[in-house]
Amino acid sequence: MKNNTLYGATWLDTLGAWLLALLWVLPLAYAFWTAFHPPEYATRLALDAPWTLDNFRRAWEAAPFARYFLNTAVLVALILAAQLVLSTMAAYAFARYRFPGSNIAFALVLVQLMITPDLLLVENYKTMGHLGLVDTLTAIGLPYFASAFAIFLLRQTFMGIPKELDEAARVEGASALQILWRVYVPLARPVYTAFALVSVSFHWNNFLWPLIITNSVESRPLTVGLQVFSSVEQGVEWSLITAATLMSVAPLLIGFILFQRQFVQSFMRAGIK
Amino acid sequence: MQAAAARAGNAGAGQRAIHAWLLLLPALTLLVAFTHWPAVATLIDSFYSTPRGSRPGVWVGLENYEVMWDDPVFWHAVRNNLWFAGATIPLSIGLALVMALWVNERLAGRTLVRMAYFTPTVLPMIAVANIWLFFYTPQYGLLEQITGSLGLPSHNWLGDPSTALAAVTLVAVWKEAGFFMIFYLAALQTLNPSLKEAAAIEGASRWYFFRRVQWPLLMPTTLFVLVNAVINAFRLVDHIFILTRGGPDNATTLLLYHLYEVGFKFWDTGYAAAITVVLVAVLASVALVQFFVLDKRVHYR
Repeated sequence: MKNNTLYGATWLDTLGAWLLALLWVLPLAYAFWTAFHPPEYATRLALDAPWTLDNFRRAWEAAPFARYFLNTAVLVALILAAQLVLSTMAAYAFARYRFPGSNIAFALVLVQLMITPDLLLVENYKTMGHLGLVDTLTAIGLPYFASAFAIFLLRQTFMGIPKELDEAARVEGASALQILWRVYVPLARPVYTAFALVSVSFHWNNFLWPLIITNSVESRPLTVGLQVFSSVEQGVEWSLITAATLMSVAPLLIGFILFQRQFVQSFMRAGIK
Repeated sequence: MQAAAARAGNAGAGQRAIHAWLLLLPALTLLVAFTHWPAVATLIDSFYSTPRGSRPGVWVGLENYEVMWDDPVFWHAVRNNLWFAGATIPLSIGLALVMALWVNERLAGRTLVRMAYFTPTVLPMIAVANIWLFFYTPQYGLLEQITGSLGLPSHNWLGDPSTALAAVTLVAVWKEAGFFMIFYLAALQTLNPSLKEAAAIEGASRWYFFRRVQWPLLMPTTLFVLVNAVINAFRLVDHIFILTRGGPDNATTLLLYHLYEVGFKFWDTGYAAAITVVLVAVLASVALVQFFVLDKRVHYR
């Protein structure tokens, strides 16, 4: 009996945990209420309020959401693909090669963990200007293509893979790239999944740099589009804004609900060095 | 014979070094182009005036820093940012720890509770700020309705300089606590369960167990979370764009937001460079403190 209640949750803990949880979902719950009801019910809770999808239709028509969705999806995929390829190569070099300058190179990588590209806005904007890339999806993604975090994470993982596997493959005449592709990448699959989830949710949500580097609908991602959309000062229409907000977070929210466990675990894995 | 083998080995080593550098090249090129070079260029730019039209920037020495020193908005931003950091860091870490301790127990509906805490982390700050904006709206916002039903006077939370910063801070805490919870939860799950049994048999109170066993063992996690929280305190500005735009009367201007305004609204790139140098210096010192001071004090397992 005592063992079961070993500092276990008392009813007070359960109550506290639930109250906090309710408080935490309150903003989202409220957004749901407003988005699915006619505007006149936006500010008052009436149980007999009729349900409607009209707000979503109007929001969809009020801004080029289809374009924003496409931009964000392409952007996120582009960044992830580049990050995976580049950091796999770099991590492999750090984990399995001994070469002069490797420590300096690794230190150069680690610097990015503290000083991320989004702090160097002004200078990176100038660079994009010189490259003629301002207002393109490439410009939003390019500074993030080389991810120090991914390199670090994969290097740790690769170092944990037994060297014997590597040597055995080498004896059979496999080239370095073949070994990387056939041995290391498959064995690191859980880490790739973890990083992919972190990367996708980060870049889906990223705002400041995309805001600065884009100025047309053709390149704007959802976050920037949403901000432009909601700052239109024509009498604040809460039902419209919450509908638009829910639309833009829907893919992430649905993904999160479906893969809740993987999400949490991947963030856990990403956090433990 | 031996010499030949050594020479072959050297040639092999040289070749392997080339391979390694080729593998690193793409990533390092991008890192240098978008992190190291801009960091150095920012430092150089901070000593030059802002180019206007066809007139290039000229060397002005410390003038940009003098402008910064005399800029009341900059000092506003510094004070606000320190306040913001001083509030978000302990609040979000404390809440994260409580949340993690809760959802680590066998709690009714644990999965749902855990999900509720973590959801804000997954959603874009810019999107959830829209929702919070409504909460804070005067007259008919949710907060107004609650305070109104309690008979309290109406209050414009975001419009009043004395409450605006606290209001945006609250949003940041709400957003971050669930994220930090994950790391505490991960750490709690790696703790040996027999510690708990032993403590319970010894008759130690739950608080004692937490203070003398769990908390010390969670130290590395706390350090990791702390560093993240400090960095975020200087980087998190998305919600400012929706909620207050730095107002009212600069009450919610944070350093990065001020940098954005100077750089991209007033196009004063020289001064913006000086502010960037300050921000980078702050974050670099966080890194140094982490590497050289805290790391030695924390006992890693």
